[in-house]
Amino acid sequence: MNVSRRWLEAFLRRPLESADVASRLAALGATVDAIEELHPGLGQVVVAVVREVRPHPNADRLRLCDVDDGSGTAWNVVCGAPNVTAGSKYPFAPVGATLPGGLTLEKRKIRGEVSEGMLCSARELGLGQEHDGILELTTEAAPGTPFLEVFDLADERLVVDVTPNRPDLLGHKGVVRELAFSFGTTFRLPAVPGSDGPAMPTPVRAGAEATTGGVRVAIEDPIGCPRFLGAVMRGVRVGASPEWLRARVEAVGMRSINNIVDATNCVMFELNQPMHAYDVARLKGPAVIARRARAGERLTTLDGTDRALAPSMTVIADADGAIGVAGVMGGAHSEVSPETTDLFLECAYFEPQGVRAARRQLGLSSEASYRFERGVDLWNGPEVLRRAVEIIQATAGGTLDGEPVDLFPQVSHPPRIFLRPSRVAQVLGVEVAWDAIERYLVAIGATVVSKPEDGRIAVDVPGWRPDLVAEIDLVEEVARLHGYDDFPTELRPFRVGDLPNAPSEGIDAAIRRGLVAEGLYEVQTLPLGPEDGPESVRLLNPLSAEEGFMRTALLPSLVRQVEGNWAAHTRDVRLFELGTVFLRGEAGMPPREERRVAGVLTGAREPAHWSSAGKSPDVDHWDLRALFEAAAALAYPASMVQVEGGEWVACAPGGRIVGRARALEADAPPWAAAVVGFEILVDAIPRSTPAFVALPVNPAVTRDLSLLVPAGATAADLGEAIRSAGGRLLEAVVVLDEYRGSGVPAGHRGLAFRLRYRAPDRTLRDKEVDASVTKVLKVLRERHGIELRAS
Amino acid sequence: MAESHPQSLLDALRPRLAAVAELDAGALEAEQIAVLGRKSGALTALLRSLATLPPEERRAVGAAANELRQAFEAAFVARSDALVSDAATATVAQRDLTMPGRRRWVGAEHPVTKVVDEICEIFHGLGFNRAVGPEAETEWMNFGALNFPADHPAMDMHDTFYLDVGGDARPGDGKAVLLRTHTSPVQIRTMMEGPPPYRVVIPGVVYRKDPFDPSHAPVFAQIEGLAVDEGISFVDLKGTLLHFARQFFSTSTKVRFRPSFFPFTEPSAEMDVSCDLCGGSGCSACKGTGWMEILGCGMVHPKVLENCGVDAERYTGFAFGMGPQRIAMQRYGIPDIRLLYEGDMRFLDQMGRAR
Repeated sequence: MNVSRRWLEAFLRRPLESADVASRLAALGATVDAIEELHPGLGQVVVAVVREVRPHPNADRLRLCDVDDGSGTAWNVVCGAPNVTAGSKYPFAPVGATLPGGLTLEKRKIRGEVSEGMLCSARELGLGQEHDGILELTTEAAPGTPFLEVFDLADERLVVDVTPNRPDLLGHKGVVRELAFSFGTTFRLPAVPGSDGPAMPTPVRAGAEATTGGVRVAIEDPIGCPRFLGAVMRGVRVGASPEWLRARVEAVGMRSINNIVDATNCVMFELNQPMHAYDVARLKGPAVIARRARAGERLTTLDGTDRALAPSMTVIADADGAIGVAGVMGGAHSEVSPETTDLFLECAYFEPQGVRAARRQLGLSSEASYRFERGVDLWNGPEVLRRAVEIIQATAGGTLDGEPVDLFPQVSHPPRIFLRPSRVAQVLGVEVAWDAIERYLVAIGATVVSKPEDGRIAVDVPGWRPDLVAEIDLVEEVARLHGYDDFPTELRPFRVGDLPNAPSEGIDAAIRRGLVAEGLYEVQTLPLGPEDGPESVRLLNPLSAEEGFMRTALLPSLVRQVEGNWAAHTRDVRLFELGTVFLRGEAGMPPREERRVAGVLTGAREPAHWSSAGKSPDVDHWDLRALFEAAAALAYPASMVQVEGGEWVACAPGGRIVGRARALEADAPPWAAAVVGFEILVDAIPRSTPAFVALPVNPAVTRDLSLLVPAGATAADLGEAIRSAGGRLLEAVVVLDEYRGSGVPAGHRGLAFRLRYRAPDRTLRDKEVDASVTKVLKVLRERHGIELRAS
Repeated sequence: MAESHPQSLLDALRPRLAAVAELDAGALEAEQIAVLGRKSGALTALLRSLATLPPEERRAVGAAANELRQAFEAAFVARSDALVSDAATATVAQRDLTMPGRRRWVGAEHPVTKVVDEICEIFHGLGFNRAVGPEAETEWMNFGALNFPADHPAMDMHDTFYLDVGGDARPGDGKAVLLRTHTSPVQIRTMMEGPPPYRVVIPGVVYRKDPFDPSHAPVFAQIEGLAVDEGISFVDLKGTLLHFARQFFSTSTKVRFRPSFFPFTEPSAEMDVSCDLCGGSGCSACKGTGWMEILGCGMVHPKVLENCGVDAERYTGFAFGMGPQRIAMQRYGIPDIRLLYEGDMRFLDQMGRAR
C-alpha cells in the first residue's frame, strides 16, 4: 500500500516526518518497506521571469529569451514553446540542474545560439503529461524562489507492507487511525477544495431492487454481492483533475486519468473502498444488476482484453449483458469518456472468496480485487458514496438525480465480541488495567458496550476490521496498542516437556560427526530435480521442467556438485549429504520418505606433501570400501557390507539391500580423477549402547601364513575358513598382502594372512599355537586345496 | 708382558681415563675394546691375572683395579651419551623447520547445520527437545489445522508446491498433498501425540515456490519452537526469546518485538535483534537501521490448540520460527544464498574454519 505523507498530514492536520511515521507504524505492526521522495528532481528548479523574447536567427520555431532567476545574471535561454511570453513567470532549471527524467542541463549551443538552462513544461517536471507548452506560473513569488517553496509539492511515498489481516490499512484513513493513536490526537477527512461540504442525502435503503435517477438497480446474486449502493449524477464535465486531486492519485502511484476516475481512485485510497463510475448513456435499460455470469458470456475489460466469463463469477450487467467483473475490473464499453455527462456511481461489497476465485481464474489483479479479497467495510458504503459525490461535484460539477439507493437484502451488523480481562492477563502475562483496555479498543474504532460485570466486556468491533472475530483478536489489539516492548521480559519457571529428543536427530548428528571425521564436507542440495527413477513423484506446479520431480536418490545431485567443483578447477572433492528422498506411495497419499546418506570421493587420497615429492595417489575402490563400511556402521549398524554383481552392497538382516557403493559416471574434464560414491538408508532404530569388554592383559602371539591361492577362492572365504579352523585361541585374522608375479603360477595369487592368538587367562606357549596353525593348514589343504607358498 | 707389574699397569691406564671425555665416536669404540674388551682389553687382562698374585698383593691390586674398571665404564657411558646428544643437536640444526607439516583431509558440517545445532542446543538448555516430521504433508496439516482460512490472501504468503500423488484430491480441498511450507505441521503432530506440557524445537527443511535469487531459495531450513502449558504467557515468550538472542549473539544483544500476522499465532510478533556487526549504530548488514529481523513468533492461536484437542481455555503457549540460512548468511557475511547449495569445496573449507 502506497501512502502519501501529505495526505496523512491532511487528515491529522499536523506536519509529519516520514521516518517518524515509519517507526510509529512499525511499532504498531505495519512495516514501511521504503520511503520514496516524490519529485526528487525539482529541488534545483526556481521561479523565473522572462524579461524579453526575441526570434532565433536560425530557426523559425525557436525563440531566444532573457531569463531573470533572481541571481542578477540575465540568462540566455533558447525556448521552443509557442506560449513563452515576456513578463510571465515560468519554472526554470539552471545549468547543472537534474530534472526528474534524469536529464542534467548543460550550457550548449542550439542552432548556433547559446542556451543556459531550460524553461520547463509540466511533463518535464514530472507533473503530468501536459507538453503543449511551458508551465506558466501564476504566483507573486520573486524570481529565484525555489519552485517547491511556491508550489508545495514536496511529498514522500511510504510503501507500507500491509499484512493480509489488516485491509483497513489499505486506505489512508486506516493508517491515520493508527497514527492518531500514536500521537494521541484526533483526525478527520481532509476538506475537499471547492466544496461546501458533503451534500448527499442519506441513501434510501432497499432490498434486492430499486431505482435511482431512472436507473434500475438490482442484486440477483446476494451471496457474491450482499450490498450495493448506487447514485446517478447528471451534467458532469469530464476533464483534467485539479492540481490537488492529481497530486493525490499520483502520490500513491496511480496515473491521473480524468476528474471522475481520479475521484473514485482518491476515495479508494482514502477509505479502502473501490468504486466504479459508468456512463449512464451507455447503460442498456438503463439498468445495473449484480448477478452471476451466464454460460458463454464474454466481456472486453478496461484493459482492452476480451475475456470469457464463468458462471461462478459475479458480474455487473446492464439489460444487455455483463459490463464488469464484480470487484475485479470494469468493462471498456460503459467506461467514462470525455463525452460523458451522466454518471452512475457504484459502491458495492463483493464477497472476498468470490473475487479471489474470479481474479485467479481470469489472471487479472487490480487495486480493486486486492482490496475486495481482503475485505472492505460492509457497513461504510454511505460514507464512501457521500465522499465520492462531494469530490465529483467539486471537480466536475453535476447534480444528483434523485436519492441514491442502498440495496442490502440481508441486513447485518458488525460482530459483538466478549472480552474477559482475566483472559487478557492469562495470555499476556500481566494485568492490563480496565481503563487502558477500553482506551485501546476505542482507539481502533470499537464500541465498548458494557462495563466489566460478570468479568467480561461486550465490544462491538468496527466494520473495517473483518479480522476481529474472536476474543483472542481483541487480546492482540490490547497487546499491540499497549506496546509489545512495554510488557515484561522474564524467564519464568516452566515445566519441561515429556517428549524426548526425536531419535532420528541423534542418529543424524552421529552420522555427520562420523563422516566429518572421515574428512568429508557436508552439503545440502535441492530435493527437486529431473525424473530419476520409476518411483519419482511429480510436482504439479514446478518452477521449471528441470526441477519437476522429487529426488529418489541423493547421489545424482552429489555428482552434479562434483562437476561444479571441477568447473571451478577443484580436483579433490569429498562430499556427503544427509537428506530425504521421496518414493511414490499409495494413490492420493503422501509419498514415502526415506532418510538417506550419500558420499562422493574424487582426487588425491591425502593432501600432497613434499616428503612424497608432491605426489599423492588418487582415491580408489579400497578407499571407497572403507568409507562405505564406516558409513554403513553409522547409518545402518545392523547391515553387512557384501559383494554383489561387481559392487559392494550393504545388506540388512534378512537380505534387504539398504546401500550401495560403486564407481560413478560423471561429466569429467581430462585432468579429473575417477569418482566413487555410496548411498545408504538411515535406519531410524535407536542405536544400541556399546558394552565394555575387559581389555586383554596377556600378550598375543602372531603367525603369518603366506598362501598360494587359486582363482575363485576369495579372501573372505579363506579368512572364514582360517577363523573356524583356528580354534578359540585365534583372536583375529587380517589380510596382510596380495602378491602376483614371478614365482606364482598363472591363475594364482599369493595371499598372506596374519593370525593373532591370545589366551585370556595365561601366556600362550608356542606349542599350542603351532598345533592350531597345523590344523588351519590341514583344513586349507584338504578342504580348499591351498598350500603354503614356497618362500 | 708377563713381567710388567700389575701396579705399574694400573698407573699406566689411569691417565687414559681422563682422555675418554675427549674421544670421538670411533676412538671411543677402539678405546673401549682396548681397555675393557673381553678378549684383549688391558684392564680385563689385568683383572684376569690377579689370580696369579699372592693373596696380600691380590687384595690391594684387585680393589684398585675394580675401582678403575668402574670408573672407565662410567666414563665410556657418559662419553657415549654425550656423543649421541651432540649428534641429535647437529641433526636438528640441519632440519628446515619452516617446511610444511604432513596434513590430512579434514571435513566439516554444513554452516547451516552448525547454526541449526547451535540454536537447538540453546533451546535444549531451556527444556526444549527436538521433534521432526515429514516434508510432504496434506493441505490440512500445513494450512487448515494451523488456522489458515480456506482460500484467503494469507495463503499468498506461502507459495506452495503441490505433488502429483494420484487419487482425487485437488489443491484447495484440504486433502491435496504438498511440500510443507513451514515446519509448523510438526507442532500439530506433537500436540496430537499426547497432553501438554509441550516444549519442542523443530528443525527441518521447508519448501516455497520461490525461484533462486541472492536471498531466496525454493528449499530452505527452518527452526520452529513450541511451548504449551498452563500459565504460559506473552511474558514467557519474550523472556525465552531474549535469553536465546543473548546466548546466540552476545550478552549485550537487545531485542524488540513488533506486531505482525501469522494465522496460527495471536498475538503475533516479529523479533528484531540489535545488529551483531555494528551493535546497533547502523551498518550495511542491518541496512542502517541497527536492527536485524530474526524471527516470527506469537501466542499459539486457540483455534490451533482446539484443532489438536488441547483445551484452549486451560492451556496457552507460544511458538516461534526462524530461518537458519538467513542467520548463517548474516553471521558469516555470505552475500548469496546459492553458495549454501552449491557444494563448492573452497566455500565449505572457509565455512569449516569459521566459528
